[in-house]
Amino acid sequence: MSNYVYPRFPYVCSAEQRSGETRRHPVVVIGAGPIGLTAALDLAARGQPVVVLDDNDTVSIGSRAVCYAKRPLEIWDRLGCAAPMVDKGVSWNIGKVFFRDQLSYQFDLLPEPDHRWPAMINLQQYHLEEILVDACSRSPLVDLRWKHRLVSLKQTDDHAQLAVETPDGIFTMEAQWVIACDGANSDTRRMVGAEFKGQFFQDRFLIADVKMKADFPTERWFWFDPPFHPGQSVLLHRQSDNIWRIDFQLGWDANPDEEKKPERVIPRIRAMLGESADFELEWVSIYQFACRRIDQFRHGRVLFAGDAAHQVSPFGARGANTGVQDIDNLAWKLSLVLHGEAPDSLIDSYHEERAFAADDNILNSTRATDFITPKTQVSRHFRDAVLDLAQHHAFARPLVNSGRLSTPTPYVTSSLNTPDGAPDSGAMTPGTNAADAPVTRAGQPGWLLNGLGGGFTVLTFDDAVAAKELSVDGIAARVLVVGRDIADARGLLAERYGAAEGTTYVFRPDQYVTARFPQFDEAAIAAAVRRACGKTGTVQQELAA
Amino acid sequence: MSLTLTPNISDPDGFYAELIGSQRELSEDDALRMNARLVLLLANHIGDRTVLSEAIRLARAPGG
Repeated sequence: MSNYVYPRFPYVCSAEQRSGETRRHPVVVIGAGPIGLTAALDLAARGQPVVVLDDNDTVSIGSRAVCYAKRPLEIWDRLGCAAPMVDKGVSWNIGKVFFRDQLSYQFDLLPEPDHRWPAMINLQQYHLEEILVDACSRSPLVDLRWKHRLVSLKQTDDHAQLAVETPDGIFTMEAQWVIACDGANSDTRRMVGAEFKGQFFQDRFLIADVKMKADFPTERWFWFDPPFHPGQSVLLHRQSDNIWRIDFQLGWDANPDEEKKPERVIPRIRAMLGESADFELEWVSIYQFACRRIDQFRHGRVLFAGDAAHQVSPFGARGANTGVQDIDNLAWKLSLVLHGEAPDSLIDSYHEERAFAADDNILNSTRATDFITPKTQVSRHFRDAVLDLAQHHAFARPLVNSGRLSTPTPYVTSSLNTPDGAPDSGAMTPGTNAADAPVTRAGQPGWLLNGLGGGFTVLTFDDAVAAKELSVDGIAARVLVVGRDIADARGLLAERYGAAEGTTYVFRPDQYVTARFPQFDEAAIAAAVRRACGKTGTVQQELAA
Repeated sequence: MSLTLTPNISDPDGFYAELIGSQRELSEDDALRMNARLVLLLANHIGDRTVLSEAIRLARAPGG
């Protein structure tokens, strides 16, 4: 029923399978979805060769993930992929919440102006994956292998042994590190015996992608108990190519096999859009939600990312968006360890930081699901009272929860952070992802994040600093001086970074603030870089010496 | 003093989750009894009769 033509990527028998000679690869990624492909691109951007295995030979069937938030777009921009996504996708800022037949309230996601990327775009997962596959195919360091299914995995202290099945049979490959991005039903997770625990919700949702020419505005519309679908909720989102996503809450008693038949789906959509509506079904699926996460993101040499590591309800767009940020956190650490520039233990901070973020996402997603699906009669009365009151009184609007849309979780308690050396400098505390700001570089308008790039960067508001780069145990930290390398023509950079004369920030390769100081102090900066590389021991030794 | 109708609860999601969570295991009757006690506790905290009258009026007819 789809208008989208799925590409078929060619299966190629690898040289190692043909020769039967077992090769050891630095990194093997399992799964070529949005997270696995991002992992390959991020490692390649750091000069790291990477093999990606996928058991299929095409992109995501059906649109699945829809909403991509600003932070993933910033990450994909670092990897050279954001512009085609934004061009192909649909940007939106307004969300409306309806209760029965009334508008309850509306919100505007539009953050402060003067950011490069929009708050949110909607784009079918297959379009997004095509853009990422295209980028991978242009990278000489990414070896993307279709029709390669992982069938078993064994580990020693320094590598994993993978048995991989292809149309030419089963062969063995070795990997120093494996990144498992094989989704919520991850086989890799089962192979390492990891626990994946959390809460299942006794509810079912019908997800339909519909092609239609409609005059709905490009907004997120959410209905509680609408006349066309009484007692349940409905969500409407626009995607590209005149495809619209509609989610119908069905309740726990719905029969999943019956409910996805077109003769059941079409009347529901007619009731919503009117008898005369002209539409075609593109894709239909029945979902049941769970909020859960893996016990450890690292199991020896196997690292879990995306839905393989955590699963959330879709309200809040926290699935793919969180997974991309897992990779943003992991890729630089893995790259430093593989280059021998950081201790193996740096990888443990991946679990520390991303499990913290996953728990935050699960908390938010569970709260939204509880609001959307009240578990008791009295909690339903509370929910309806909030919606009633929100129509008339501002106080109730912050209580309406149809999904809190994904924003990055700051790593406030991370062991990689250096204690805040400039607590009077505003919100950009250690552990926070860098706020973008318009700057001028060589007379041309640009953006701070593009200037930060993918390594350690020191940003200083002391224009007397002469250093261009610091070297910390062989790790380069580029120095970006405001007034020398970039100009803060509109003062927004200083405003967003609470900067005074001399204020100095140290950013990690994933563009998170790891330290800030009132002055440019080389020794303090070097200690912060070492600490961010997991070398706390070294720092203590030096302090003692 | 008049009834505050602008947002005034810090951490609204946390508050709501705590409220709903506190009744998760209660029967419907027990939850209603708890709500009655909760209204009385909060009313006493507010104290001001004008404010309480305004709240009673708006709770009966939210748009009124």
